[in-house]
This record gives sequence, structure tokens and C-alpha cells, in this order.
Amino acid sequence: MLGALACLVLLLIGTMVAMVLYTAWPSFRSNGLAWFGAGAPNQGQLDDIFNSPANPAAYQYELRAWPMIWGTLLTTAGAVAAALTISLLSAIFIVEFAPPRIKRVIEPVVRLLAAVPSVVYGLVGVLVLVPFVGNLLVSERRKAEVQYVVQLTGDSLLVAVLILTFMITPIMVAIMVDALRAVPRSWMEGSAALGVNRWRTIWKIGVRAARPAIVAGVVLATARAIGEAIMLAMVSGSWFAPNPLDGFTFLVEPTRPLAASIVFYLEGRTVPPLGQTLAAIAAVLLISSLFLSLAGWAAKQPLKRYGIV
Amino acid sequence: MSVEAPNRALGDAGPTRPMESSATWPRADRVGLGLAWAAGMLLCVVAGAIVLYMLFRGLQYLSFELLVTRPEVANDQSRSGGFLDPIIGTLMLTVLGTIIAAPLGVAAAVWLSEYGRPSWLARLVESGIEVVAGTPSIVLAIFGLLIFSQPLFAFLSFTAEGNAVFGRSFLAAGAMISLIALPFVVGATREALNAIPSHVREASYALGKTKAATIRRVLLPAVRPGIGTGTALGMGRIAGDTAIPIALLGATLQLQAVDGPLGTLRGTGGTLTTYVYGNSPAGEGNAPEKAYAAAFVLLLVVVLLNFGVDLISRRRQVTSWTR
Amino acid sequence: MDPLTPPHAAPLPPPIRRIAVDRSPTTVAAPAAATNGHGHGQPSGIVGGGRHAQRAGRAGVERMRLEDLSISYGRKLAVNRVSLPVRQGEVLALIGPSGCGKTTLLRSLNRLIELTPTASREGRIMLDDQDVDRMEVTHLRRRVTMVFQQPNPFPMSIFDNIAYGLREQGSSRPRREELEPQVIDALERAGLYGEVSENLDHPALRLSGGQQQRLCIARALAVRPEVLLLDEPASALDPRSTARIEDLLVKLRDEVAIVIVTHNLQQAFRIADHVAFMYLGELEEYAPTDQMFGAPRTQRSRDYVSGAFG
Repeated sequence: MLGALACLVLLLIGTMVAMVLYTAWPSFRSNGLAWFGAGAPNQGQLDDIFNSPANPAAYQYELRAWPMIWGTLLTTAGAVAAALTISLLSAIFIVEFAPPRIKRVIEPVVRLLAAVPSVVYGLVGVLVLVPFVGNLLVSERRKAEVQYVVQLTGDSLLVAVLILTFMITPIMVAIMVDALRAVPRSWMEGSAALGVNRWRTIWKIGVRAARPAIVAGVVLATARAIGEAIMLAMVSGSWFAPNPLDGFTFLVEPTRPLAASIVFYLEGRTVPPLGQTLAAIAAVLLISSLFLSLAGWAAKQPLKRYGIV
Repeated sequence: MSVEAPNRALGDAGPTRPMESSATWPRADRVGLGLAWAAGMLLCVVAGAIVLYMLFRGLQYLSFELLVTRPEVANDQSRSGGFLDPIIGTLMLTVLGTIIAAPLGVAAAVWLSEYGRPSWLARLVESGIEVVAGTPSIVLAIFGLLIFSQPLFAFLSFTAEGNAVFGRSFLAAGAMISLIALPFVVGATREALNAIPSHVREASYALGKTKAATIRRVLLPAVRPGIGTGTALGMGRIAGDTAIPIALLGATLQLQAVDGPLGTLRGTGGTLTTYVYGNSPAGEGNAPEKAYAAAFVLLLVVVLLNFGVDLISRRRQVTSWTR
Repeated sequence: MDPLTPPHAAPLPPPIRRIAVDRSPTTVAAPAAATNGHGHGQPSGIVGGGRHAQRAGRAGVERMRLEDLSISYGRKLAVNRVSLPVRQGEVLALIGPSGCGKTTLLRSLNRLIELTPTASREGRIMLDDQDVDRMEVTHLRRRVTMVFQQPNPFPMSIFDNIAYGLREQGSSRPRREELEPQVIDALERAGLYGEVSENLDHPALRLSGGQQQRLCIARALAVRPEVLLLDEPASALDPRSTARIEDLLVKLRDEVAIVIVTHNLQQAFRIADHVAFMYLGELEEYAPTDQMFGAPRTQRSRDYVSGAFG
């Protein structure tokens, strides 16, 4: 009985994958692999899809989603890289170096950061950081220079990555702290007994032994970053593919990742081709998170050889 | 007896013993230590800044009236009312999601920990739950829209002319949003079950109790704090989620009941999160004061739930098996 | 080899041995497994079967000295005013019933006790007439290394395990080729090289328990310590691995001063040159091995070595 109940979860996932893929199929079929390519601006394409004629034979499907994919890649990679550095260092700090008094403060603080709803992050971002970037970080001259290409309003990659970093850092910190605490004491003492200092001990033995958890943390955080929709919809701006060659302006250029794009067109989903296109975007997100779980699992395998589970 | 110097996490080893000092370390190690301190402090500063800022804004804009007046659609902010409906919406959605997720999650956890056969199926269910945990809520929202628009689920929401199923209601959103809480319940319950030493189960069997009776009378009472922890964490997640309410609840300002039994549950509404989103510059309302006030209430709810988790887990330490 | 070892330690005339077997045959019987023949081919001693002929037969240079050492965990006193010498060229065994503070004492010798938050210490520990508290702790621990009760190889390859202490000493990272001679030398000294020479890159955790413990000894030897501390190194091992480790320790005592904690009286008798008997945190008796097992001075040591309690 209980088993059947547990299998419900599997049934649900199966249905989810099948249904999302089935609904998404027309969009993929119509565009082929060009779906993932670059082309016309996404805004215009999605509007065209929304304004498709009611006749099913005349449905518009054309979409070149690369700007959105690029946005997701940029925000995710930036935030995960920054969060990995910060969280690894702070996990080491919490486990090994924080004086008891600070430790008593910092652990609830991390949990608090993890619990803040994304819409609150988004609100602070859009009301505080975005004006800051838009008014103070970008000069009027620069704005004027590029105004025919893109509007630099402060809704930007920089703000998106910054907030996303602090949204996913607590997840990683929590996992890494647990893992570092679970490193067998005998290994740490064995290292100390060889005259290796505390930093090297935690870095070479602790972090090494905690690698599977670090991988797990990165996977979870990446999944969270890829799927974050609301906060990014609030602060990342309009469709644009930021160009790294633009120097500093690259950071303050707007971008609209996949998940955030869904939010903007949710109300139009009753138009069949747009609903199917949104399902296609969701399918890409779903498949990526499935692959992430798989990658996390695979990354742990070679470590088993050395006795790290 | 002890003198606490700032850099003595290893404890004090007597009044005069110098602890290992980083002064003699190689420079790279000292830089690393400095960065670790900086990272820890950065987290504290960021969290402090967010909380203080929200507190400041919240106290600035929040008034009792906002909490008890219903929101109205109005261009003039003085007439757009408060956010009573979103508060009720958040409460209803959280309760709905929890009553679906908690029993399901506990059942799944008990099955995984206590039965778990055949083992390939258990592994599959386990990774299935991991997949659910890793699925973005916007994807769950899209899936919810797809499935609850099916005629099969017409009873959950209202049906428009031409038999188009709307697919948006508290019931639909609650069912989907329970998936967000589910992994937390399963995880915490399993952890608690695994922490019970096997001799406790054996003692119960030795008294002639069946497995089912052991689970019901011995294990479940023992893991209640674990269930509580997981449920509270899950509730925090449900209350804080925005994507599913926006997609599946309609994100309307007021609760809009449907005719018939359970009208409110089958109707649409909004939550604090959708209210904040709607009133932010990104949404349609653009009333930052009200967004701040509502976000402050939301943050308060989430922090209180987290505080509850702390209380529960502290009590659990007292009743642990090992002491 | 070590600059502090006298170039030629003149053997003293062997001390007169009491026939311990007469008193308590069960506690000091020679192990049958002692002759499974490798390397150290000493005939089993007639008197109780010491594995080495010249027990305590050398003028040990004093390397470490404990002066009025007291250690407590919170309010609980674990070691009470113990004074002891540790000499090069001999094996010092700390014996005593469980909870008598021998492990605590051992862990204080290289200040590893400081990793226990509640522990506090009084009294002095001198290494070559220098207070260990004035030494940089990583330097101290490199000179006084430790092997633990449970083998604790790091989750890396055999080579990396041995090289670990060498690599993580300073700021520069020596290359593998530079480390190889030292790694091989350490493995050879620990008598493990023959068994693992082909698979230095295999995970250390795949080795058997006895091999793992010898790997840990090799790891400790690789940093060229002057004192080697061992905390019941053989208690988790089978008799055969135990015998190998005992042989090894007897061989090593010329290069490094060895302090071993054991609750196995036979083991202390087999390998130690001096024995310190601790009881409830106090040093009850410190004596040459033969005296300790043959003619203990105090009634309590007599009872303990004869097996009246423990």
C-alpha cells in the first residue's frame, strides 16, 4: 500500500515529462534544431506567435531561442561560480575557523538567507540595485551611445547574477557545512599530527573528502539558478543577448533567461501555439534539470574508488 | 579558566597555551584564511542588510489597516486597499499544500526506510523525489496548467463557455505546490527514521509487535519532530513560492469564489507573493510601498516558520536516543 | 642519522633479568606468532620471550621530558602531575587500565590534545630542553608525529598518503619525482614497500588493516620525526599484523624515540624498554620493562601486571 503511494511520485514524474514534451512537440518540430539557434529578437517572435491566426494550419511557431538560452547560461554560470567560491570559503570558515560567538550568529543567518522568498529578493533588486546600477554605474554618455541598440536601464545581467548568487549561496553553504562536519575526525587529526596547519588540513583533507557533497551542492544550486523565474523576471530586463566583447557594458546589459520569459507570456498561454511554445521552453528547463541530476550522480562515481561515498 | 581569543575555534588549551597561530603559515594559506573570514562576514552583512532594509521599509509602510482591508483595483494608491485577500490566499494555499504533502511525504519516507523493496524500485522512487526537488517551480506551474486544463480535472476549477476548463484554482495550485514541500518532508522524515537505532525496532518486535504496529506505535511517534521540521521547511517554501500561484492561482487581487460547493477553493485568488510581484515595478500595479509592506509580512511569516524549525530541532536533541 | 643520537651508544651490561614467568605466567607469555619469520631474526628470549636481545641496553639520550603534567577535561582531571622522560633509542610503553589517562598523556606530547575543545593543561613538556608551548605547533608536530588506534589513511592513493606530510609543509609544492625517493624510503622503513611497490597509485583504503596501519606509520616517518607516538596501534589488528608492527617498532627505536600506549601487557613486555604504569591519571610506576614485570615496586603495579585487575 505504502509502496503504491510512493510509486505515485514516479507516475507523476512520468506524466509530467510526457505531457510537457508532448505539448512542446509542435514548437520543436516546426523549428527543428534552429529552435536553439540565434536569429530574430525573441520579443517579436513571441508576439507573432501570440498573434497567430485562429486557424490551426496557420499557427506561427518560429522561434530562435538563443538569446534566452544565452541569458540562462550567463546568469547561471556567473551565479554558480561566484556562489561556489563564497560558499566553500564560508563553509570552511563556519566549520573550522569561526569563533563560537560568530558561529552562533552565522548559522541562523545562512538559514535565513535560504528562506527569503525569491520575490523579496526580486523586490529589493528592482527597487534598490537596479536604480543604483542604472543611475550611478552607467554613465549617461554610455547610455546615449548605445541607445539605438539597447536601453541600459539598470535591469541587467550584473544585478541578476548578484542576487542569484546570494539566493543559491545558502543552499551550497548548508550542504557543504554538513559535509565538512561529517569528515571523519581521524582524518583531520591524522593530518594535524603530521604537522600540517589547519588551513591545509581542512583544504586538502576536509574539502577533498567533502567533494561529493560539493558536487551535490553545485547541482542543486545550478538547478535552482536555471529554474529561477520570478526574481529574474523582475530584475534582468528585456530580451537581449549580452555581448562579452562590450567590456564593462556587457555586465549592465539586460538579458531575459528562459524561465523568466515564461512568466512574461503566461497570460497568453491560452493561444495554442504560444502555450506550446511555453511548454517547449519548460521542456528545455525540465530536461536540463534532469541532466543535472544525472551529471551530479555521475560526477560522484569516480570518487567511490578512493573511499569517499 | 578560559580566555577566548578571536581566533580560537579549537577551544582553549589552558590559560597560557598559544593556539596554532596563522602568523607562521605560508602566505597562500594566510590569504585563504583571510578570504574565508571575508566570505563569512560577507554573508552576515548581506543578510543583515536585507533584513534591516526590509524591516525599515516594512515599518515605514505597514499599517494595521493594510492587513485588514481588501485590495481594490484602483489607479489611485490611496484607494487600492490593503492585502487581506492575499494573506488569506497564502494561508489557504499553504494549508492545502501541506495537507497534501505531509501524509504523502511521510508515507513515502516510511516506505523507503522501513520497506524499500524491491530495492530497484526504492532507488527509483528516491531519485524521483530528487528529480521533483530539482524541477523548477515554473516548470511545475506549466505542467499544472497543462494537466488541470484537462476535462478530467474540470471539477477543480471553473469551466468557461464552450467547456474550456480554466485549470486555475486554489485546489489546482495547492496540488502542484505540494510538490515543492514534498522533498523536504520526505528528507527530514527519512533522516529521523534512520537515526532511530535498530535495537529500538528489535525491542518492539521482541515484544511481539508486527511491523505495521511498530511503525505506527513506535517509529512514527519518535519521528514526529522530524516530520515537523520537514513540514515547517516545506511550508516556508510554499509560502515563498511565486511562480505556481501566478500561473495556477490566477494572481487576482481578490479571492474570487466559484458557484457551487467549495467555491472559494475552486476559485482563483492571489497570495502575498503574487501581490508583491504585482505591485513591484515589474508587475502591473507598481505600488512599491504596498509591495514593501506585503513583502515584510511575507518575510515575517517565513522567518517565523524557520524559527519553528529551530525550536523543533532543539527539542529533538533532548529526546535523542543516544542520551 | 639523527644529529642528536650519540655516534656510538655504548651498550651497558645487560641488566639482571627476573624470571617474570614465575610470578604470573599468563600475563607475560611469549606469543607463538612471534616467530613467523621476517627480517628481525632474534631468537625468542628464554625469559618471557622479549623479541630483542638488548632491552634497555643503551644509554638513551633524553629527548622529551614531562614535568608535572596535568590535563583536565572541563572539571575532570585526566592526568595528574606526571613527570616522565622520553629517550631516544628505546621504546617507552604507557600501560594502565582503560580511562587512566594514557592516551590523553600521549596526545599532549605533540599538543594534539588542543584539538579537544574542553581540554586544558598545566605543567611543562620539554623537547630537547625547549618548552613545546614556545614552539610553533606545526613544527612540533612534525618532530613529534603520531599514529592512531584506528588506521586512518587519507582517501587518496598510497603515494599521496605518504607524500602528504612532505607536500603540505611549506609554500612550494615539490614535484612527484622529487618526492619519490623519500616516499619509497618511508615505505621501506615501515616495511611496506615490498608489498605495495607495484601499486603506489592505488587507493590506500583498499589495503588490509595491517597494511593500512603500516602505511600510517610510514606516513608519520616520512616527515622525519624525532619522536613517534603510537596510540594502541595494533589493537584493531590481527596477531600477525600486530607482530609485524612490533618488529618494526623495535627496529625503528634507534632512529626515533618511540612512545606507545598499549593495554596489552604482553605487547609492552615484548617491545618496551621502559614501562610507565598509569592509574587513574597518576603515574603509578616508571621502570625498566624487566623490573616492571619482574619486580614492580608498588602493590598496585604488581596487581596490574599479574592480571588482578585491568
